[in-house]
Amino acid sequence: MNTNYLEPQGRGALRDWICSTDHKRIGVLYLSVMLTMFWVAVLIGVLMRLEQMTMGPTLMTPATYNAMFTVHGVIMIFLFVLPGLPAVFGNFMLPLMIGARDVSFPRINLLSWYFFIVGGALAVASLFLGGGAPDTGWTFYVPFSLRTGTNVSLAVFAAFLLGFSSILTGINFITTVHRMRAPGMTWHRMPLFVWALYSTAWIQVIATPVIGITLLLVILERTFGIGVFDPAKGGDPVLYQHLFWIYSHPAVYVMIVPAMGAITEIIPTFARRTIFGYKAIAYSSIAIAALGSLVWAHHMFTSGMSELANTVFSLLTFIVAVPSAIKVFNWTATLYKGSTKLEAPMLYALSFIFLFCIGGLTGVMQGALALNVHLHDTYFIVGHFHYTMFGGTGFAFFAALLYWFPKMFGRTYSKKGAVVAWVHMFIGFNILYGSMMLLGLKGMPRRYFDHLPQYHHLHVVATVGSWILVAGLAIYFITLLRALLHGAKAEASPWGGLTLEWTVSSPPPVENFDVIPTVTSSPYAYNPTRTS
Amino acid sequence: MTMNTEHAHIEPVSYKTITTVWVVLLALTAVLVAVSHVSPFWAVAAMLTLTPLKAGLVLYYFMHLKYEGPLIKGMVAVALATLVIFISMMFLDIAFR
Amino acid sequence: MSVHRDDLGARIGMWLFLFTEMLLFGGLFLLYSAYRSLHPLEFHAAGSELNVALGVFNTLVLLTSSYTLALSLTAVEKGQAQLAKRLVAATILLGTVFLIVKGFEWSAEFRHGIYPNGPELLKRAPGEVLFFGLYFTMTGLHGLHILAGMALLSVALLKLAKGTVKRGESIFLENVGLYWHLVDVIWIFLLPLFYLAA
Repeated sequence: MNTNYLEPQGRGALRDWICSTDHKRIGVLYLSVMLTMFWVAVLIGVLMRLEQMTMGPTLMTPATYNAMFTVHGVIMIFLFVLPGLPAVFGNFMLPLMIGARDVSFPRINLLSWYFFIVGGALAVASLFLGGGAPDTGWTFYVPFSLRTGTNVSLAVFAAFLLGFSSILTGINFITTVHRMRAPGMTWHRMPLFVWALYSTAWIQVIATPVIGITLLLVILERTFGIGVFDPAKGGDPVLYQHLFWIYSHPAVYVMIVPAMGAITEIIPTFARRTIFGYKAIAYSSIAIAALGSLVWAHHMFTSGMSELANTVFSLLTFIVAVPSAIKVFNWTATLYKGSTKLEAPMLYALSFIFLFCIGGLTGVMQGALALNVHLHDTYFIVGHFHYTMFGGTGFAFFAALLYWFPKMFGRTYSKKGAVVAWVHMFIGFNILYGSMMLLGLKGMPRRYFDHLPQYHHLHVVATVGSWILVAGLAIYFITLLRALLHGAKAEASPWGGLTLEWTVSSPPPVENFDVIPTVTSSPYAYNPTRTS
Repeated sequence: MTMNTEHAHIEPVSYKTITTVWVVLLALTAVLVAVSHVSPFWAVAAMLTLTPLKAGLVLYYFMHLKYEGPLIKGMVAVALATLVIFISMMFLDIAFR
Repeated sequence: MSVHRDDLGARIGMWLFLFTEMLLFGGLFLLYSAYRSLHPLEFHAAGSELNVALGVFNTLVLLTSSYTLALSLTAVEKGQAQLAKRLVAATILLGTVFLIVKGFEWSAEFRHGIYPNGPELLKRAPGEVLFFGLYFTMTGLHGLHILAGMALLSVALLKLAKGTVKRGESIFLENVGLYWHLVDVIWIFLLPLFYLAA
């Protein structure tokens, strides 16, 4: 008889946790660190918005503002959104969902977390040591990143380590999906979250090393002056951008594909319908990973590339929207004739679809060359990526946490708290980032410490939106914290989900399954009369 | 198909095969160096043909790729193809400015 | 949590890691190909500064080290532990020779003022600066991988000596072999790119 994984294992609390190779504990370890870093970055965002409350300096100098948006981006991207769902829910749920006891390489899994916290610690250290927080933007564009006296090398090295963490997770997940599925679980009987994690893992393995070498070159350039990116020595700064975005564009698919995978788990459960178009969703994840690796230079349309490159990358950018759209159609079709229960996870999941559509469609807009000339480096872009990364991945993360919280921690939370949080978050989010879209269309540049009078009104509106949003975030986290401390015990399957993680106790036993199950059917058999 | 304990025993590659491959690699290196001295054109042609061939021999025989199933072969193909695509698409910019 | 054994899984994991190495160096190959296409004559000129004989010698050294390592795996799988140990030791020795030769090459170049931000290099045309920037970065990164490989080979040698790597249980040596052979493959590409560019 297995004890549950949260119970003490006899080496003392600290060692039980930070030396554990149990995928469930590693998932929780990631969650704790990521949420901490998330709040640090949220705080920086609040301060940035306060700065934009008035014209001219409000709280900080221009140099500080540059450091603020750089660090906000570095933390949010490398320490929250990129590890994102794979590090928390991938680690926790993947083995359970495929009927395994753990991933293929449990010790490498722990090593991945160690790289994560060391990278995180170095990123935080770069804020305070020597030259001060980097002020280049999270994109570290040359030649400025080669010339500035701030802690670029340290921050970039931190990002390198975080990339390594991501690579190890990717290697683990690919191997696990190939080798550890329970008897009877064919590829077409896997939950769609697993397909999403698998597709993402390929991007993690193939694309991440490219930014690894790029960051290494920045360090070498700053330290030894090798010249490959330095225009003074014949280097081409646009080549830096190519290498940077060859990773950083696929990276956004690392961020969104697992999020879409989680949504794909939540919707059938609460619609009480089998997913519409299982194969379309499964293969669209693969298609997004593949096509998404071919569009990187749409970040560079105004950098001076050839017209041929601009045209080809613009066309590919339009095409890559198709598999994402397929998913949206299929989620919507799943709801048709469903018996929808608007539980908290479903509320967040449905709003994901709305917010992600705005983010995705504005992305396609930006893929049009003529529009791009006007919109590039404006607040429109900032609005776009917050709608996708926050409205998309962020809301999906919060939805997934509400969905799987009872399983992970064995507690139930207040639905009212989650819904009140959502109301604040949804309203605040759209005020904040909707305003940014409008600001961008009117020409407000991004990464500017100050703004002209014609933009002032919308900046104030946006800042007020940020307060409502943050209030919502606070209510969300307080709701879950209270559940952790005082929540009622959760049953094994509070939502009626049919995937394998719901067949074990909440929280799961250490070894996951007493007996490895044999799988004989699809994971979404809610409505046996529909064929899909 | 899943197995928790897979002792998939690959037949050891014979000493003879390994030695033959080594000799061929040394010979190909000699050819590569010789041809490179003829002219820049031949240097590039040799590099683009002989070098992948040498690499392929190492992958196939020393790294046992020949004896692996379609899964690993497919994965290697995907990784290499991706790198080639990255470099080619970069040239859409660099070569046409 | 029991640790299960899955040799095929271990090999898949290793190959996936090798892909990351291919893409890591791949970024540098991308830069090389871009800059060479932009500065063909200067790459040609800079290449003539390198010592072709040493480059070719090192290539033969590394090819032979892959040879000895491939033989050692067969030896283990045939139960010939003593032979296997000698072959792994030979591989480590050849790796050392490689690094020593590299050391000589680099120190000669440094003495001539050819190094990033070095006096001689700063006098040269941009294409040559880029050539040598890439040369030092790529051979340097490669050298670090040789060092890492030698550390792994030493662990493999220890395991052979202890008997934890043996016939029927040789996945560790096999995976170390995969790593070492890939480092050899990278050098196979570096040779013509730098030493035969002239």
